[in-house]
Amino acid sequence: MNAEERLRDPILCHSLLERLRALLGDEPMRFMEVCGTHTVAIFQSGLAQLLPANLTHLSGPGCPVCVTHDSEVAAFLELAENPEVLLATFGDLLRVPGPEGKSLKHAHAHGAQINIVYSPMEALTLAENHPQKTVVFLGIGFETTAPAVAATLLQAKERKLGNFTVLSLHKLVPPVLKTLLDDSACQVDAFLLPGHVSTVIGLAPYAFLARDYQVPGVVSGFEPADILLALCELAKARKEGRPCVRNAYPRGVDDMGNPRACALMEQVFEPKDALWRGLGRIPESGLKIRSQYADFDACERFALTFRPVKAIAGCRCGEVLKGAITPADCPLFGRRCTPQAPVGPCMVSTEGSCAAWYKYVGLKKEAKQ
Amino acid sequence: MADHLLLDAGSGGLASQRLIGQYFMQAFDNPILKVLDDAALLEAFTGKMAMSTDAYTVTPLFFPGGSIGTLAVHGTVNDVAMLGAKPKYLSCAFVLEEGLDLEILGRVAKDMGEAAKAAGVWIVTGDTKVVPKGSLDQIFITTTGIGEVLVANPPSGHAAKPGDVIVVSGSLGDHGLTIMAAREDLPFISDVRSDSAPLNGLVEALLQACQVHVLRDPTRGGFATTLNEIAKQSQVGIRIRESALPIHESVRSGCSFMGLDPLYLANEGKCLCFVPEDEAQKALAIMRSSPFGQEAAIVGSVHEDAAARVILETAIGGERLLGMLEGAQLPRIC
Repeated sequence: MNAEERLRDPILCHSLLERLRALLGDEPMRFMEVCGTHTVAIFQSGLAQLLPANLTHLSGPGCPVCVTHDSEVAAFLELAENPEVLLATFGDLLRVPGPEGKSLKHAHAHGAQINIVYSPMEALTLAENHPQKTVVFLGIGFETTAPAVAATLLQAKERKLGNFTVLSLHKLVPPVLKTLLDDSACQVDAFLLPGHVSTVIGLAPYAFLARDYQVPGVVSGFEPADILLALCELAKARKEGRPCVRNAYPRGVDDMGNPRACALMEQVFEPKDALWRGLGRIPESGLKIRSQYADFDACERFALTFRPVKAIAGCRCGEVLKGAITPADCPLFGRRCTPQAPVGPCMVSTEGSCAAWYKYVGLKKEAKQ
Repeated sequence: MADHLLLDAGSGGLASQRLIGQYFMQAFDNPILKVLDDAALLEAFTGKMAMSTDAYTVTPLFFPGGSIGTLAVHGTVNDVAMLGAKPKYLSCAFVLEEGLDLEILGRVAKDMGEAAKAAGVWIVTGDTKVVPKGSLDQIFITTTGIGEVLVANPPSGHAAKPGDVIVVSGSLGDHGLTIMAAREDLPFISDVRSDSAPLNGLVEALLQACQVHVLRDPTRGGFATTLNEIAKQSQVGIRIRESALPIHESVRSGCSFMGLDPLYLANEGKCLCFVPEDEAQKALAIMRSSPFGQEAAIVGSVHEDAAARVILETAIGGERLLGMLEGAQLPRIC
């Protein structure tokens, strides 16, 4: 067995489940993960169904596609129609419906030039190969993605690629956690902290959870045993009444994060207020390209504005993202809103809460048996 | 002749004849094709006949483990074989882009010829069209195959029965991940190869020895989607044991990195076989004795279930739905 296989070992997982049960006792606990990869891992491994009955799993705003606001979607759909523009995007975004129900897939079918890329650097190559076009890279993602985008933008500057731009819709995790804790509709006892984001930012930005809100947070890896270990730590912190922020994924995450990646992010971006689906405007929760790099900012180049748009009627993605309801509680779920014809973005991305529930649990209201 | 294909070659005149003579006749060489009449003259089969057609387009044209040429033969041969038939003849239609590098065409034709020979089928008739540059991406191939049905009750997606055991002929997800890695030039995915292979020999051996209820090749949509189709067609439930699934570590780790699920990736040289429980070991042994079934495994079973669900028993002892693929799998953002 290699290291990853050991972390899927049924005997290890069952002993951790027993430990979790013992630590929880009869106390109910609601924990939230804020990472799409955790969402999928918990469902895909079958963990969702094995968790103790008094432990409630909530999928928070951890999927970058899901939290992208309608106004932002409307803005990049409009951009796609510009014949001068060649849009470069991660594949996930193609299916996100805009306010009119149309997505980039529709735009592509109508002749918009949209290229799927796997890294921002590929977008740079597109810019080099299409000097007559302006390449707009859709910068969507959390702290995990932003440093690579920053590095790409610096490369573009160095190579004097005047036809490369970034539409920065990046979002930051710690501010949204604070917003959730300030919201009475959101009752979270503990956070399973994201493995990928934490590789970049480390533990310090989460300190306020325990300090100001007495809510524990533990960084977790993605194998079933990783997640169970982190849940045990959370249950222990609750039981002992000693909220703390800890790293239970040391093989992937350094407590200090990745200072080089943070420095890149800092150099190119500055915090700005950002729009989140279902949560609205959150102060300093997004990243804006600094003015000295304005030439590479698609917002500046195309004078983009994020106009208010009509919300999608009946869509309760916002409440799902807050953990106020489960996907199956939404009246559209599995009826008008399915992965074939998604109404809200949580049904679009494979890592979205609703898509994961639909795929792995089906139409049942309860993930556990 | 120039190094690149000219529109003339699709005219039906001398240029067309030269193209056919130079690239196809030699690669596909067989007595029926040689006649070069408007149609191929074939001996009739005594029993039932199976027929299947498929259009092939893939980027890149060549990838580790195969090419559009091997796919165009293996894909159709396998589809015909899945009906319990011995594939005999293929037709092929090429739509080629003006300006195509003729060296590429030569390699594709050679791959097709070799694949047909290895599978024991003849390419007996064909057609070539050339379209203006930009109308398509280099080469599209359509092949149609016919074969002789070998058993009285041919396997069918409608014939799964509670109690059946499901045997898969080998590892899953290799082809889909290989294409994705080759298409996007993903350096972090290595050691993956397409499984493109003809399954007719393996199928013939299975049919001779076992009572095969269902036989399917999990191509587009992958293993999970194919199982769901069978569950719905037969109105049965299917349970799969995750820990029994043969998946190469390179595919598992590549998929984990990309946020993909190998159970939804295409396979081009694998089949799923549903047999009565008491024949499962025999079916497994037959598969493993074929060069294309070395990693065959018993992976699940069929049960009564009016809702026709496919359930995955996960490695850690949980259960979850194993649903259909909705659209193309797309790599995740983080």
